[in-house]
This record gives sequence, C-alpha cells and structure tokens, in this order.
Amino acid sequence: MSTALKDIPSQFEVMDKPLESQMTLSMGPQHPSTHGVLRLDLRLDGELVVKTIPDIGYLHTGMEKLFEYKKYQQGIVITDRMDYLNPLGNNLAYVMAAEKLLQLEIPQRAQVIRVLTCELQRIASHLVWLGTHALDIGAMSVFFYCFRHREKILNLIEAASGGRMTPSYFRIGGLMMDLPAGFERRCKQFLDDFPEALSTFETLVTGNTIWQSRTQGVGVMERDEAISWGLTGPCLRGSGVDLDLRRDNPYTGYETYDFEIPVETDCDVWARFKVRMREMYESYKICRQALERLKPGPIKADAPKVVLPDRDDMRKHMDSLIHHFLIVAEGFNVPPGEVYMPIEASKGELGVYMKSNGGPKPERVHFRGPSFVNLSALPAMVEGEMIADVVAIIGSLDIVLGEIDR
Amino acid sequence: MTEKLHGYVEKLKQENADWVTDIKDELGEVTVIIPRAGIVDVCRFLRNSEGFDLLSDLCGADRGPEEEPRFEVNYHLFSTTHHDRLRLKVLLSEDDPTVSTVTSLWRTADWHERETYDLLGVKFEGHPDLRRILLPSDFDGHALRKDYPLRGYEPYSMN
Repeated sequence: MSTALKDIPSQFEVMDKPLESQMTLSMGPQHPSTHGVLRLDLRLDGELVVKTIPDIGYLHTGMEKLFEYKKYQQGIVITDRMDYLNPLGNNLAYVMAAEKLLQLEIPQRAQVIRVLTCELQRIASHLVWLGTHALDIGAMSVFFYCFRHREKILNLIEAASGGRMTPSYFRIGGLMMDLPAGFERRCKQFLDDFPEALSTFETLVTGNTIWQSRTQGVGVMERDEAISWGLTGPCLRGSGVDLDLRRDNPYTGYETYDFEIPVETDCDVWARFKVRMREMYESYKICRQALERLKPGPIKADAPKVVLPDRDDMRKHMDSLIHHFLIVAEGFNVPPGEVYMPIEASKGELGVYMKSNGGPKPERVHFRGPSFVNLSALPAMVEGEMIADVVAIIGSLDIVLGEIDR
Repeated sequence: MTEKLHGYVEKLKQENADWVTDIKDELGEVTVIIPRAGIVDVCRFLRNSEGFDLLSDLCGADRGPEEEPRFEVNYHLFSTTHHDRLRLKVLLSEDDPTVSTVTSLWRTADWHERETYDLLGVKFEGHPDLRRILLPSDFDGHALRKDYPLRGYEPYSMN
C-alpha cells in the first residue's frame, strides 16, 4: 500500500482520513483491459484505489454440472472452453485424472507428443498474455508481433488436431490421432525462428523505460502473502517461490527433460513479466528436446475397452467393432475412487478433482483454475495503487475469465 | 510411495487421536477424514508443524440426496517445501451442512468457500463475506446438488 503513496511528489497533499469525495467506479464488464467479462467495483480516493471488489460469474456456464451428465470421453470438449488460451493444458489435466482412476499406461510417443504440444500451447498462451498486457499499458505494436507468432503455433495445433482454439487433441488413453506428415518439419521451422522472435519482444518492451516505470514496484505481493493467497505458476515464481509442478510433482515424463525454472524475487508486475519471458525460452528448450525424442510407436494405450480402435481394425476384427460400439454408445466404466490431478498450466496449478462412482459418467469433476485463485488475490495487490496501475496488475495476473467462471 | 504421507497422518494422530476418523489410501493419494469440529485445528497443525503451507484446492461434493452424510468438503493441501499433497475430507449431513471456515489460515480459502457455498449450499461458519460468487445473488437453490435439475426449474431471467 505504501509503495504508491510514497511515490507521490510532495507538492500533492495526501490526506490520511477518508475523504467525502470518495467515489465508486464500476470497471467492466465490457472494459477491454479486464480480459473478458470481469467487473471491478473500485472505491477511489482521487486516483488511489482504496478498495476493490471483483465481481465474476458473467461467463458461468455450469460446466462442472455438465460433466456429471456427460460420459468421460465427452467431457474433454468441455475442458477446451475453460481456459481457452491453454486448451491443451485443460485436456491434459482432465484426461490424466481419468487415466489415473483407470490406471492406464500411456505409450512413450503419446507422452512426448503431449509434452510437445502442451509446451507449444504454453508459448502461445504467454504470447497472448504479453500482447494484451503490453496493449493495456499502452504499447500497441507488441500485440501484432505476438499474435503473428501465436498464429503460427495455432496453425501447428490445427494441423495436429483439426482445431485452432478448441483442439480436444488428447483422449483418455492417448491421443485423438498421430501427428500429420510434415508436422516435425513445420514445428522445427517455427522453433528455428522463435529465439529471434523472442529477442524482438525483448527489444520492444524489456528495455523500454516507460514499460519499466509502469511495472516496477507495482502490485507488490510478498512471498508469504502470495502463498497464503494460493498464487501458483508465474505469479508465485515472481514472488520468489521456487515451485514448478513440472519438476516438483512431475507428470507425463517432465522429469526427464532438461529445463530451468525462472524465479524472480521482486514480487511486482515487473518480476512476473520477467518470469514469463524467460519461461517462453524454457518451453522452447523443452519443445526442441521433445522433437528429438519423437520416435515411431503407438499413440494409444493398450486398453481396448477404453480406447477407440483403429478404423482399419474395425473392418477386420469383430471384437474391435464391438468395443467401438460399446465405447461410443454406453461409454466405459471407471473404477470407483477419487483423484486430484494437478498440472502446471501456463497460468499456474490446474488441478482436476475427479470422483467416480463406478459408472460411465463422473460423479463430480471440479476444476481448480489457476486464474480463479490468482484473481482472488487482486484486491490485496491493487489496494493503495493508482487506478492506472490496476490494468497493469490485472495484465500481470494473466487471467482468463472462461476458467474463472467455468 | 505413500509411507511419507502416512507419516503425517501418524503425527496428526499423536497430536490428538480425535482428529482422525478414517484414513483412505488409494491411487497414491491419502485421504484423511476429519470430524467437523476439528478441521481448523487440523489445518493449523499441518500448516504450522508439517509445512503444508498452500491450500491448493477446496471443493465440495454432493453424494446424492439419499446418502447420509450427504455432503463432503475436500481440502487439498500442498507444501511449497517438500511438495507432498494430502487430502482432508469433512463429511456433512444434509440437515446441518455447516463447517468452520479456514480463511483465518489461508486467504485463498475465501473464494473457494464462497464457490462451495454458492453451488452446493455448504455454509462456512465465520467466513467474512459468504455471498454467492458465480451465480447471481437472487438465484434460487444450489446448482451442483444432485437433486437440482440440469436445466434448472424455469427459464431464468436477469430481472
């Protein structure tokens, strides 16, 4: 709180006691810098924010209720629409929760492709964050550079899955289908260009003094406070906590990849910015390693009662045809139990709590969205800041309202 | 793999034997069922003495109207130092779905508890601001309950 107050030049008189002139400003839900339909009730004292009450729920579509009425494999398409900037991460968390209940063994190639596409998606998600964050603060051209490169990633994801924004690429037990011919070449081409693009972004914003003064010392959240607020992902690492679930609770074979975890200790918007910028390079490194590991092999688990058979098998084998019919018409039964499957999504810990009662539909699916939790810390961050910094802080949290409202 | 997790539960039992009703160990995850009265003390002990400093998730579940106890609240604890996870579970009956809030321990519990209250109708005693969060304030009923129909009761209008 004191950071912004002390920065005010001495010729301006600052009163300690609340003024009668305090006003309430309703920001959003149509405000472009709230990144969707978020409404903030701001209590202002001049230009200083005294209190903030976020108002969410405008995009609530009852997805958690919907899961209970859909078969396990039908739930995958719902997850795409939660965090729509990181749909593959949502797919992964959901299918991995179901796979954990079913205790399926996923073949190596499928795991490598999952890592590769998820890291590409993480870069795409961070590019949207960088473009919109810069746009909020007033740097307009960054947006175009970021979206140009994001489009290349979306084209790759479209080539693999058929969908740009809603890939639904992962299935319980593996992948929807194998990578298309020429994917590796196109992916390599993108990765060859990416370090240069990254240095372009750095040139555009990192050294910019306006950018630095708009972000440094703004929206400070100290380490212990950040843990208490449950921040995860880049926001937590920006507060000096060395935590990344890819390393600390490894899944999909992340423990075998060589990458670093960027940590910054400034606890402000600038620190979160630097963490994400460095994370893009680490994701690039993981993509490179995953590309090298791509070896031919099966992409679906050996579980005929869960995984759809190949078309070719269906023409030749009676049992494949029967399994296909049963999976599509009735679904598959999942043993009773409950799991909590956390993954490191682009915004933080994405956890799926899945409870099965033994039938083909889950009894309860709960998504712990990183945006939901990170946004809940917003009032603590903006208190005492200038109103213009509110948009900078929202941008640094990298929220997606589809995931918050679910 | 779960021996370490059982170690925390043993310490919990040593501290106060009444705190642990039941222990479940499945699929590499340990669930401790806690009596309703003890949840805040258990959380405080685990946070202060065993390093579970991050409440990664809090969610409720409805087991169905015919089940007794009907509701459950799951606390997914995580540690930023030793990276272990533990699930605490509190079972609540339909007549009195009330449990003490843990917002005094973790600020993040605020919105999680509001969401659970909104969608399932579980009340958190002592919560500073227990309002609906996702659904409008004049919404009738709790949408994630099993006896609430998927399409609601009538076309909902914002008026």
